[in-house]
This record gives sequence, structure tokens and C-alpha cells, in this order.
Amino acid sequence: MGIKWDEFFITGDPLILGSQIAILLTMIGAVAAITYLKKWKYLWTEWLTTVDHKKIGIMYIISAVLMFFRGGMDGLLMKAQTARPEMEFLNSQHYNEIFTTHGVIMILFMAMPFLIGLMNVVIPLQIGARDVAFPQLNALSFWLFFSGAMLFNISFVIGGSPDAGWTSYFPLAGKEFSPGIGNNFYAVALQIAGIGTLMTGINFIVTILKMRTKGMTLMKMPMFTWTTFVTSILIVAAFPIFTVALALMTFDRLYGTHFFTVSGGGMDMLWANLFWLWGHPEVYIVALPAFGIFSEVIATFSRKSLFGYKSMVFSILGIALLSMVVWVHHFYTMGSGPAVNSFFSITTMAIAIPTGVKMFNWLFTMRKGRIKITSAMLWALAFVPCFVIGGVTGVMLAMGAADYQYHNTLFLVAHFHYVLIPGVVFAVFAGLYYWWPKMFGFMLNEKIGKWHFWLFVIGFNVTFMPMFFLGLNGAVRRAYTYSAESGFAPLFMLSAIGSIILAAGFAVFCYNIYWSIRYADRNISSDPWDARTLEWSTASPVQFYNFAKLPEVKSLDPFWHMKKKNEGLTLFDSEIEEIHMPSNSWLPIYMGVIFGIAGFLLVFEWHIAAAVAAIGIFAGLIIRSFDYNEGFHVKKDEIHRIENAWRKTEGEVHDHVS
Amino acid sequence: MSAKVDTSLPLEYQTEQDRMNILGFWVFLGAEIVLFATLFGVYGVLYERYAGGPTHKDIFVIKDVMIQTVLLLTSSFTMGIAIFEMRRHNLKGLITWLVITLALGAGFLFMEINEFIHYAHEGATMQTSAFLSSLFVLLGTHGAHVTLGIGWATMVIIQLLKRGLTPTTARKTFIIGLYWHFLDVVWIFIFTFVYLKGLVA
Repeated sequence: MGIKWDEFFITGDPLILGSQIAILLTMIGAVAAITYLKKWKYLWTEWLTTVDHKKIGIMYIISAVLMFFRGGMDGLLMKAQTARPEMEFLNSQHYNEIFTTHGVIMILFMAMPFLIGLMNVVIPLQIGARDVAFPQLNALSFWLFFSGAMLFNISFVIGGSPDAGWTSYFPLAGKEFSPGIGNNFYAVALQIAGIGTLMTGINFIVTILKMRTKGMTLMKMPMFTWTTFVTSILIVAAFPIFTVALALMTFDRLYGTHFFTVSGGGMDMLWANLFWLWGHPEVYIVALPAFGIFSEVIATFSRKSLFGYKSMVFSILGIALLSMVVWVHHFYTMGSGPAVNSFFSITTMAIAIPTGVKMFNWLFTMRKGRIKITSAMLWALAFVPCFVIGGVTGVMLAMGAADYQYHNTLFLVAHFHYVLIPGVVFAVFAGLYYWWPKMFGFMLNEKIGKWHFWLFVIGFNVTFMPMFFLGLNGAVRRAYTYSAESGFAPLFMLSAIGSIILAAGFAVFCYNIYWSIRYADRNISSDPWDARTLEWSTASPVQFYNFAKLPEVKSLDPFWHMKKKNEGLTLFDSEIEEIHMPSNSWLPIYMGVIFGIAGFLLVFEWHIAAAVAAIGIFAGLIIRSFDYNEGFHVKKDEIHRIENAWRKTEGEVHDHVS
Repeated sequence: MSAKVDTSLPLEYQTEQDRMNILGFWVFLGAEIVLFATLFGVYGVLYERYAGGPTHKDIFVIKDVMIQTVLLLTSSFTMGIAIFEMRRHNLKGLITWLVITLALGAGFLFMEINEFIHYAHEGATMQTSAFLSSLFVLLGTHGAHVTLGIGWATMVIIQLLKRGLTPTTARKTFIIGLYWHFLDVVWIFIFTFVYLKGLVA
């Protein structure tokens, strides 16, 4: 069925051969290193089977950084290929595969897990809870995401990468025009990761609704918690649409149905509509938590409460609502007619209003604040102008009539990179610098951080600003080359140079992590930024039960007021009670592995083998159903010991801000 | 997270964790509504695209569909009685009514499989036309949910037999009850917008 054995491994391309060897060596190296250091047991008990939201968050972030590297490599290859006209570095097929995987990986396997990772680490702490509502489900979410990501990534060495664009429009993505198995990887891997994301959405809705600490009403929640909450609702509202779309794609490709194929009465535009019905909310699923991160960072480093808290909340809700009714703006040129296009033009432009409100709120938060220019704050500052460029060009694109000029050009590509890079990547960097000490108990180096910042921001602008002008001059997206006569060469060259600066910024970021792990000062305060929300009221790194005593909230920015009034900060011995915590479980990682195996077999259209593997999935579900593990209780003595260890050192730590 | 038990509430709501599980399941049902709404939307787009193949009137047998409907709606009613018995702490009654519910569900499934076989004999398969693709996937998704529900409820019955009525088993029973009623609601839409509408069109 499907594939010939001699096509199983992709051969013949030196780039891919090099990757295959590199992957093999890395895997052998990793296994050897873990064995040599005798870390298997540690890895298994502390990380792979953990249900601790903080560790799951860190695993999400590590995966996201790795995926950032992979997606970034794809980007650099594209930039190298288009640096000069008529380049022969990549052929058209290879280029198609690379822009497809670049898009999918950056959105679904970099942006999403990075944000979900930060959400995992921070949200329970911000609302004063000891974990999420369903800790084991949370681990399952991670392993399903990881399984999907790995399945998608092996496509370029085994079987062939998907090559129909990250949107995978039909009829191109159908069996007729993409007969290989590449697009099966798209359909199956995204399905597996998507189930994980849906579970995350459900988990955080319940966590935020039910587990807020005493006194924290909805309108006293930190802004990052609010955005996470609304994002989770969007996930639950949008991801099932994608689940259905991918399932129908799988049916069309594997079982010969006619949903999107033009023969047999199917409709290719049905795919485009379903895809963007999920795809546009997805943009806000990644943008809203990022806005929340900026809100936290800007308030902390302006040393003021967030300006216009209520209007922020209503803006988020407005954006979420509007995000569900703008999807047609992705295909104005596909013949929906003037009435439909006008409707969607108006809804799209309307999104600029709540977004504008948020922008002004951030600016007014900074007004008259005593601003501290830390690395985290720099990202937030750069976000404002860069994102405004993305937003304004978005309003240009929103006009249905004008869009005929921009559609499918690099103008559009520049636009969404100006939205997603400042809107998401700057945010996760800001969040990482900001919450790093909370996660690990030491800080990322501020000086290297500034190198990282400047290289990345300059590189970003040099890379993508020329693409606006290329697009206006008629350069189309997804074209692997262009002629010398087109006159595009100088701007393409400039853009390629920019991408190298961008990559250098990322390299400095990686170096910063390395440097900080090795040399950073471990003796820091648990509240190094003089911050405002509850996550800073506990130890760094956070003890596994988060809070010895659940804090009580009386106002916005609760920790700030606790510090001002000096109340609720000390822990009396009489207040310590036993704490109930969930046990580790091997089931989530088992489910990830078995889903990965079943998915892999399905990709290759080995249906019987896939069905056998699917029995393993049901076995896992049944084992879970009969699992009555009630968790364990942390004894008072242990809490005493842990609390004394970090509370004693307070007051004699080095000052790291300023 | 704490094991505080509030005995003034029904069994399934007594601990905070159980209350969260039930809320989480409601949210999951929200996602399921979106999932089925999408499938209905797809069907609504494709339902007249016969591509020269059989139409609704060629394949639907309304008598069999009526039997399916009665079986499934009755099973929803018996599921309601099961939960009622659970609230009365009557384990035997609960299990009896659960078994009756599942038997009715199995009867529904048997009828549905026969219906599919009948369609295939008429030359109406998933690959025939866009209409049939959307029909089979919509009905099949619902049928798969019923199948899963039967398997899942069987697991819960085993746990009830082993452990009796505890807050945990009560919560599990309550959640499968919610799920079962949800499938019933979906079927009402299928019966109306697929079968009845298909026959009067």
C-alpha cells in the first residue's frame, strides 16, 4: 500500500542526508550521555512521568525552543534560496516542503507550546493554586503535543515532508495532486497535537474558574490569567473545527471520500473555510496570551498598576468574539462576492479597535511610571511599534477590494510576520526573561540578553521590512525563485542579510541560556523584579506544592499590596497543614508513544497495523479508568523544612534589578 | 485538591475534585457540540451533491430509522432513571437500569450497522458522492460515540460492582450519563435534519 520500501528513507539530497546523520548521532549521543551520567531514573521520575505543572511547562518550553531552531533553519534555507535570482540551492519541491514545514512548525509547534509552557508554569501560581485542575490530563496534553510534533518532524527524513503549504489547500493537498504520503503527515500529526491542545484548553478553563485562591474574583485576576482564560475558551471553540477538517482530509486522502476533491461533488473551498474557521481564531489563541505577558511585564517594570484593567478585559473578550467572524478575509479573491467581502472587511477592521485600546492602555501604563529597562521590558517596548506596523498593514489587507492587489504577495507575508514575531516571539522572550528566575532560581544574563534583543529586533526588521516593498512590487509568496529582470534582487538580498542577523540573535539567546546555567548567581531573591502578582510570593524555583499556605487576595496586584502593607508574607507554624498532591504517572507518556506509533502507521496507510496500535490507545484509556491512585500527602515536617530553607535566606540576597 | 467531603450535596458533587471533573466534562461537551456542528455544517454544504449517485429517497428506510430513534430516545430515558436510582443510593437499581440502557444502545448500533450494510448494497458508499461522504461521516461519528459510550459505561459498571457507590464511582456514572444524553440530543438533530429533511426535500 501507499509507499515503496526504497522510498521509506528520503535519499539523494545531501542536505537531508546530512540531517539524517546528524539526527542519528544526536540520538546516540543523548542516549550515551544519559547512560554515562546514570540519569535515566532521574529523567523518568522527575520529568517523563511528572504531573507537576511547572515541570510540564518547562518541558513545553524546551520543546518549543528546539522547534524554533528547526523552523528557523527552514526560514534561513528559504532566505538563502531567494537571496539571488535563479539560485539553484534548493529545487522547487524542496522549497515547497520547507515553507510548509516552516509555517506549521512555527505556529503549532513553536508559538503554541511556548505560550502553553509559560501558561503552565505561571497560571496556577498567579491564581494561588497548587496545580491545574487535572494534573494528569495536563501531562497527557504535553505528551500528545510532543508526539504530534515528533511525528511531523520525522517526515523530512522518513517518507517525505508535506509540501502543500501550511494551509494545505485543496485540491493541491488531495491525493490527486499530492500522491505521496507527505500530506498524510500533516493530517495525522496535527490531529494528535490538536487533541492535546484541546485538553489544555479544557484544563485551564476549569482551573481558572474553580481554583482561584480566596478573594480572587474574576476582576481581580492578573491580566495573563485573563488572556489565558479567554484563549482557552477560544481553543475549545475552534480546535474541534480543525479536528473535523483534518479528519475529513484524512478520509479524502486515505479512503477516497469526496469532501474536498472536485470530482464526486466535493468542494475545495469547503476546506479553505473550515481551515480558516479554526485558523483565524488560532491567530488570537497565540496572540492573546502574548498580550497578557506584555501586560504583566509592562506593569511590573513601569512599577504601576495596569492602566484600564476593565477595558483590557473587555478588549480581550471583544477580540475573541470578533476572531470567530473574520475568517473569509483570508480568501477575498476566491469569489465570495462583494456583499460577503464587505461584511468580512468590516469585521476585520473592527478588530483594530479593541487592539488599539490595548495599545493605548500599555502606553498609559508606562506614562509617569518609573520604568526599568530590563531585557524583558525591552521586548515589550519594541513590541509596541513593530506590532503597530503589523496591525496597520493588517487594516490595509482587510479592505476586500484592495486585497486583490496584495493577495498572495510577500506584502502579506511581511504583514503576518510583523504581527506574529512582535506579537508572539517578542512576548515569549519577554516572558522567558521575566519568569526564568521563578522557574529555575537564577536569572538570565541581562547583558547578553540585551545583545540578544538588539540583534533579534534589528534582524527582524531588516528581514521583513523589505518584503513589504517586494510584495507591493509584485513578488509572490511561495515562489522558489525569480528572474534577474524582475528587479527584486537587491531587496531579497537585504532580507537575506537580515535573516542572518536574526539568526545571530537567536544564537545569542541560546548562548545566554548556556552562560546563565553555568555562571549565573544562584543567591537571588524570590522576587527579583519587585513584582506585583502572586507567583513572586513563593520560592524560586517554586517548591513542588507551590504555596505552604494558600494566599488570600484583597485587590488587584495582590503581592504588591501584601508587600506594601506587610501582611500575609510570614508563615506561622500553626498555619502549616498537610498538603495533598497528585502522584506521578507513566500513562501520559505511554499514551504519547502509542499515539505516535499508531499515527505513524496511519501515515503510511498500513491500516491493519495502525488498528492494532490503536488497541494500545484503548488499553491506556481502560487502565486510566481503573486507576484509583489518590495521590499523596506532604507531611508537616517536610513543609517546615522546605519553607525554612528559602524563607531564611530572604533579606540577604543580591539585588539584581537596576 | 483537598479531600473535604460535603455530605449535604449529591454523592457525585461531594468533593471539589469531583465538581471540577463534572465541570470539565461540560466544557468537553461544549467542544463536542462544536465538533458535531462542524459535521452538520459540512453535511449542509454537501447534502445535495449526489454526483449522479443515489439520493436520500433512494436509500433511506424510514421505518428502520424510526426504530433506531425509539431505541436511542428510550435509552436516554432509562439512563435518567439510572441516575435517579443512584441518587436514591440504590446500587442494584442503578446497575439494572444502566444495563438496560446499554442494551438499548446496542440495539441502536445493530440497526445502524444494518442500515449501513443496506446502503452499501444499494451502491451507496462513502466513495460514491460528496453527499454520501458527509452522510457516512456524520452518522459514523455519532455511531462511534455510541460504541465508545457502551464500552466506557461497561467499565463504569465493573467499577460499581467492585467498589459500590462512592463519590468517585457516582461521579463517573453521572458523567457517562451526561455523555449519553448528549448523544441523544445529537441524534434528534440527525433525525430531523438528515432523515426527515432528506425525505421531504
